[in-house]
This record gives sequence, C-alpha cells and structure tokens, in this order.
Amino acid sequence: MTRYIAFRLLQAVGVLWAAYTVSFLVLYALPGDPASLLAGPDATDVSPEQLDAIRAQYGLDRPLIVQYFDQLLHLLRGDLGTSISSGRPVTDIIGEAIGPTAQIAATGLALALVFGAGLAIAATYTRHRALGQFLLALPPLGVAIPAFWFALLLLQWFSFAIPIFPAMGDKGPTSIVLPALTLALPTGATIAQLLSKSLVTTLREPYIDTAWAKGAGRVRIHFAHALRNAALPALTMAGLLIGQLLAGTVVTETVFSRPGIGRVTASAVGAQDIPVVQGVVVFAAVVFVLANLLVDLIYPLLDPRIRVGRSPLTPRGITPKTELTGARP
Amino acid sequence: MSIDLAHTPATAARAAEPLLDIRHLAVRYRTNDGHIDAVRDVSLTIGRGEKVAIVGESGSGKSTTAHAIVHLLPNAAETHADSILFDGIDLATASRAQLRRVRGARIGLVPQDPIVSLNPVKKIGAQVAETLIVHGLADRKSAAYRAVDALEKAGLPEPELRAQQYPHELSGGMRQRVLIAIAIIASPELIIADEPTSALDVTVQRQILDHIDLLAAETGTSVLLITHDLGVAADRADRIVVMNQGEIVEQGTPAEVLGSPTHAYTRALIAAAPSLNAAGQVERVLEVLDPDVAARVFGGRAGEPFVARSRLPGAADATLAPAVLSARNLVKDFALPRASGGGTQRAVDDVSFDIPRGQTFALVGESGSGKSTTARLVLRLAEATSGTIELDGRDITRASGAELRGLRRRIQLVHQNPYASLNPRLTVEQIVADPLVAFGLGSRADRRRRAAELVDVVALPRTALGRRASELSGGQRQRVAIARALALNPDLLVLDEPVSALDVSIQAQILGLLSSLQSSLGLSYLFISHDLAVVRQIAHRVGVMRLGELVETGDVEQVFSASAHPYTRALLDAIPGAHASGAPVIGR
Repeated sequence: MTRYIAFRLLQAVGVLWAAYTVSFLVLYALPGDPASLLAGPDATDVSPEQLDAIRAQYGLDRPLIVQYFDQLLHLLRGDLGTSISSGRPVTDIIGEAIGPTAQIAATGLALALVFGAGLAIAATYTRHRALGQFLLALPPLGVAIPAFWFALLLLQWFSFAIPIFPAMGDKGPTSIVLPALTLALPTGATIAQLLSKSLVTTLREPYIDTAWAKGAGRVRIHFAHALRNAALPALTMAGLLIGQLLAGTVVTETVFSRPGIGRVTASAVGAQDIPVVQGVVVFAAVVFVLANLLVDLIYPLLDPRIRVGRSPLTPRGITPKTELTGARP
Repeated sequence: MSIDLAHTPATAARAAEPLLDIRHLAVRYRTNDGHIDAVRDVSLTIGRGEKVAIVGESGSGKSTTAHAIVHLLPNAAETHADSILFDGIDLATASRAQLRRVRGARIGLVPQDPIVSLNPVKKIGAQVAETLIVHGLADRKSAAYRAVDALEKAGLPEPELRAQQYPHELSGGMRQRVLIAIAIIASPELIIADEPTSALDVTVQRQILDHIDLLAAETGTSVLLITHDLGVAADRADRIVVMNQGEIVEQGTPAEVLGSPTHAYTRALIAAAPSLNAAGQVERVLEVLDPDVAARVFGGRAGEPFVARSRLPGAADATLAPAVLSARNLVKDFALPRASGGGTQRAVDDVSFDIPRGQTFALVGESGSGKSTTARLVLRLAEATSGTIELDGRDITRASGAELRGLRRRIQLVHQNPYASLNPRLTVEQIVADPLVAFGLGSRADRRRRAAELVDVVALPRTALGRRASELSGGQRQRVAIARALALNPDLLVLDEPVSALDVSIQAQILGLLSSLQSSLGLSYLFISHDLAVVRQIAHRVGVMRLGELVETGDVEQVFSASAHPYTRALLDAIPGAHASGAPVIGR
C-alpha cells in the first residue's frame, strides 16, 4: 500500500513538472518575442532599445535554459513572479481569486453529484420503461448545451423575469446559485451519463443475479450491490471532471461578472500577462493532480482487488489464466 | 394459498404431491429480428428429495427452464405457464413479494460461472450471510456465525479465514463452494444447480458434485441439476430429462434413458458424449478426403501452398525423422509482480516430449498445469527459459527474424475460443486467406480460389465465404479457424482446447474433421486439452501435466487403461459417467 501511495505521489510530481515545462516552452521558447508581447499588443512603435530594456527587466536576455531553471527555482519557493499589468505578485492575485471560485466550484460539484447520481439511479431504478428511457436521454442533452447559453437563460429567467438571484457579483450566498448551476450542468450530465451506463452494465452482471436468487429486493440490489461496483468507473472520471469544472469557471465568471480564477485567466490572456497565465497553468495543474491523487487513494478503499498490489488496469474478475492468446500469467 | 400456510407441517396428502410441478411452460425472447422460442412446452415435476437432471446442448432451453422457475430471466423474456406449483404456491402468478420470499429461503440457486457470480467488492462472509438477512432469518451477528458454518458445510477449508476474504482471493472451485454455501444456508427445499461445475477442472468438478449430493442426502433436499454432460447426469440424478430445442424429448431413470433411449436425439447425444465413451474407443467413420482434392489443395510445399512439391500429401517420407517436433528439458519461468514479493514462478518444469509425425500428441492437465504455456513455447510465442525445441531436427529454440517468420508457416494454431479468435468484421474468405496475405503468397485470384477450396475441405458451404464470422455458429467458426490454420500447408497444428467451447455433438463433428484431415494429409497435431475423454478419442500419444511437470507420457491406450501414475488415475476416475448405469452404451 505504501508503495502504491509513493508511486502515485511520484507520478503527481512528474505531472506538475511536465505541465510547468510545457507552459514555459509555449510561452517563452516558441517563435515569437516575449518582450514584444510584454510591451503590449498595441505597442507597434516600440523602439529596439525599449525592447532591450524590457528584456533586461524580466531577465529575457539570459539563455533560455538559465531562465527555465531560474523560474523553476522560484516556483519551488512558491514564487510565481510578478504580474506585468498590475505589478502585483502572481501568488497574491491567484490567492485572492481562489476563494470565490472555490465557492461556486464546490457548490457546482455538489449539485452535479447529487443531480447526476440521482438521475442515473432513478433512470435505472424505475420499472417504468418509458420513464427510464426518457431519463437516460437527458444527460447527453445536458452535455450538449453550451455553458454560456445556459448561463444567459438562467439570468433571463431567475434574475430578470423573476428576480430571485442577483445577476452579477459575489455578494451573499444567493449570488453563488446561478454560477454554480451553470458549472453543475455539464459536470452533472457527464456524471449521470457515466454512472447510468455503468449501472445498466453492472445490473446485468451474474453476481446481481446471485443477489436476486438470494431473495434480495430492488433497494438492496441497487444500493448494496450495484452502486458500489458501478461507481468505480465513474470515480475514475471524477478527477477529470475537476479539470472540466475549472475550465468552466472562465465562461461562468465572465458571464456573471464574478471575481475568481476564471476571470483572472480571461483578463491575463486578454492582456497577454505572461507570468499570470503561467501561474494559472501551474495552479490548474496542482488542482488537477491533487484531485486525481485523491481519486487514486479512494479507489483501493472501494475496490478490494486493488489493495493486494495489482495495478488498477488489471481487468476485473479475471484470474490470470494462460490461454495461448492471453497475457503471461 | 398464502405462503405462511406452506410452512405448516405437511400433511400425508401433501407429502405425496411433487415439490415442484411445472405445467406447460413456454418462454420467448424478444429480439430485434422477431422472437426466439427458447422453451416451447415443458411440463416437469420434481418429487420431495428427488434429484432430477435436465440434459441438453446450448440453446436447448435447459437453463431458461431453470431460471423461469424463480423468475430470474432477462427483461426480454416473456414467460407463459399454466402453473408452476411449488409446494402449493403458484410461482407463475406469484407477486414480486411472494417470489422474493421463496428465492433464497426455499429455492436455492447455484449459478453457472463461479468466477463472475460473486460481488467483487463484498466480503465472502457477508455475501453468504446476506441470504439469512434479507429473509429476516437471523440478525447480523448470528448470520455471520451461520455463514461460517455454511461455508464449512459447503466444504471450504478454513471457513473463518475465507469469510473475511474477497472473491478475487479465492480459486474458481472455492468460489463455487461459496455459491453453494449461499444456496444452502437457509435450508431450502429445492436446490437448482445450473451447470455448477462446467467452468471447473474434472477433479474439482467431482468434489463439488459429490458435495451437493451429500448435502441433499443429509437434508432430503430436492435437486434440479442442469447440465450439458450426459455423464454427469447419469452419475448424479434419479431421473434424467433430455431437452432439445425448447422441448422435453425424453425422460426416465438413467438406466432407461442411457440403456434404451427411445428418441433419436437422445441416441445422438449418447453417441456424441465423450465422457460416456471414455472407456472405449469410439468407432468414427472417417470421411477421408478425395485424393484428387488432397493433391489439388494440399499439393503445394509446406508453407508455400502455391508451389508444387514432388511428394504427395499424406505419403510417408522415410528420409524424415519419426518425430516432427522434439522438445527437450523445456523450462519457463515467469517473473512475479514486484507487489507480491517478486521472484519467479516456474510454469513449465523440465518438460520433454516428441510429437510423432502424422499423429497426435496430446498434453492433458488441469488449469495451471502449464500445458498452454508449453504450447506457447512450441509456437515460439513465448521464450523458453532453458531447453531446446527441434523442428525436423533443426533447433528452433532461439530462431528469430526471417527464420522465425518462416517457422510460422510450418506451425499453425487453432484457438480455444472460436468466438474470440476470429475478427467479427471480416468475411470468412478474408479470414481464411489472411495467412496467405500476411506472407504475400499467390495472386488475389489464387487466394480466393484457395479460400474456396479450404472452405470445401472443412465441409462448410461455399455460401459461407461471403458471410462474416459473427453470423456463424460456434462449430462453423471453429471450422473456419481450422481452414485458416491449413491455408499455408503447415506440418504441425497446435490445437489449444479446440472443442472445449462447443456442444458435445459439435465436438464430435470437429474431432471427426480433425481426424479425417490428419489421415488424409499426414498432419501432426499438438492437442492441448483438460478433457481426458476428448483426448482419448483423438490422441495417439498422451502427456499428463501437473504443476508444470510432465508426470507421465505414453501411448493413449496404455495411459488410459494401465496407467501407474496416481495423478493420472485420479484424473481418469474423475471423468463423469465412468460409473453410469447404462452399461450398454459403453464401448459402442
């Protein structure tokens, strides 16, 4: 088990390093002059001397490899550099944005889980065939609806037509509702789609028949036998959904004019504020890696087959059996 | 009649009634192209304490009948029955709640495949105790104790330890015992055992069936045994019911059914059942290929079917060694995963054998004996750790590159599972011609012609050429696989359990085809099987493997009738049907 955790931690560090390196290469090393980017998009009349000054200020005149390791060292000390447009430390900018984003993201995730899982369970639990089919058709629809359009509909209905929730800002708990719903829709739809598919497959497994043959009822079959097995593939996706949520904040926070990581990202990209963009990339990578690490640590608790040290990739229920076509025992 | 009344002491009149009385059961599956009548009209009774076996091939409706009793059929099934009376309760019209009270508590079901029939994320003990808990027969604590008792009764060693384990930590045979414990823990009046041992090795199969017999005898429980194996049914049942295409064609005591079968289908089933014929050589009429056909289709050189050779196929060549392939001191070690402590496991341990030219050498053994790994070494799909393999006197143990590819033309493989070994999206013609394409042999027209000829040789209709593998039955698919293996004119075919996924009558046909091809073309076979009865029919020489070692090698007659080795004797004794009462069929 410690080996498993150590391996996962090592992987997490590797992913973080890779994310940082790729973003550095994209932003600094690819053709294109970071200095003229730093000078601003409209600065067509910047003199070469001014560009040199900018290079010197940001250390861009040093060899690329030196810049890379210099920045990496700063990053290890928790220093993400300074914003070009505001002159404030990037860590401060991101630190302030985490709170508001965490509020809507956490609420959105909770809503997505409750409604997504609820829909999946309802769709497979009902004895009413037509109702089940109808419920199963909803998640693809949810995935297909563009977030900005759904956000505008919510604003139209619940801020203007019936003014229950504020249309913008981050004042009070009511301001969380509409952005959280916007974030929850695609995430919840994905959860519902995965879990319902997984439940349908699981309910056809022979061990479910065994449970029926014991005289177990529908509630027991669903909740004591099928759900835990069906949740395993859905859990694997949960780590990826965190990434989806974070990406969703860009549109959501812009539409609802809320402060947060999404807004920081959008404005930094707009202003070509390279240090902030890179800070956001590193932050997103950290969140993503932590979420997946958490999933990897929860997985063995739910699936005993992983505890004995088998890789999660080992097909389940299959004992190693030599067949001429099969893998080595 | 209410269920509560059913628990009152049975009256004398009641005791005379059968426990289960099925009248005119029909089950129909809805499919996309209409419907399939899986069970047409089945009427069946099981007395108290009686053991009834339903025997039939796949598609005969035997499993469907068993599952229909307790309404455990897929949603696509429509069931009609005049009545299914179980101790006075009509299960055909029972409510869901009534059915639930019968399932598990009064009718126990032992399912078919132990590997997939236990919930992988729940502990064994909890899964066994669940039967008591859902019926309110025990509280959580006493249910746990009784689960351990039931596991012990089902013959599982160290039941306390097992109860704390998860299914993946147990072998197939142990899992089947767990499923038996689940079925018996609530002391049901009827146990339905649906092919309870077909996924298990013969020695384990015997132990499990013995145990079911013992438990039933102790408690007076009735048993409905579903099996494809007439030998198993003959050994175990008071009464045999033979089903074919959804109907009962014959029933009676084992002596009646096996001794004087009245229905043609029963006679065909008896003739085809390898286990019943294991005691004696089956007289099989070999349909030897027409010499003209053999010369035309297999007149080419080995590995070069479109290049003529001087020697006619099948003709003995005195200049060649008597063994087409010799394996000497083969060893194969596998590295164990580091997570389980590392080290190596010896899968094949000092194995030596010769495959006689134009004959069949069979490797027999139970799962894990290393027989398939040995075949992989011979095929050079796996590297031997040490030892040598010689083909026609040439050492091929370390052949690589072009030499290895050349080798592939001479040794071909027929897989165990014809459902998985053929690409379902290719047509039969493409599948059969595939080895020719792989080696760039012949023109497109040559290959088409050869595919058509090969399909003739394996006795498939020409119309099959344009069909996809997914449209064919298991037996037809295995014929396609054989045609594919023959495409390159190989010297040696490695047949890995080629008939174990097939029904007995189809098994007999495929074995017949293989024998005919061998005698017409002089092919040599390495035949891998767990089924001694099948081996008896096809092999000339036999090697018995156990835990990676070859414990005995000899001529088939000598091994089967006069083996001195205790393990071989144990395997032979475990063959079902060996003590069948229908003596006349043996040695037909």
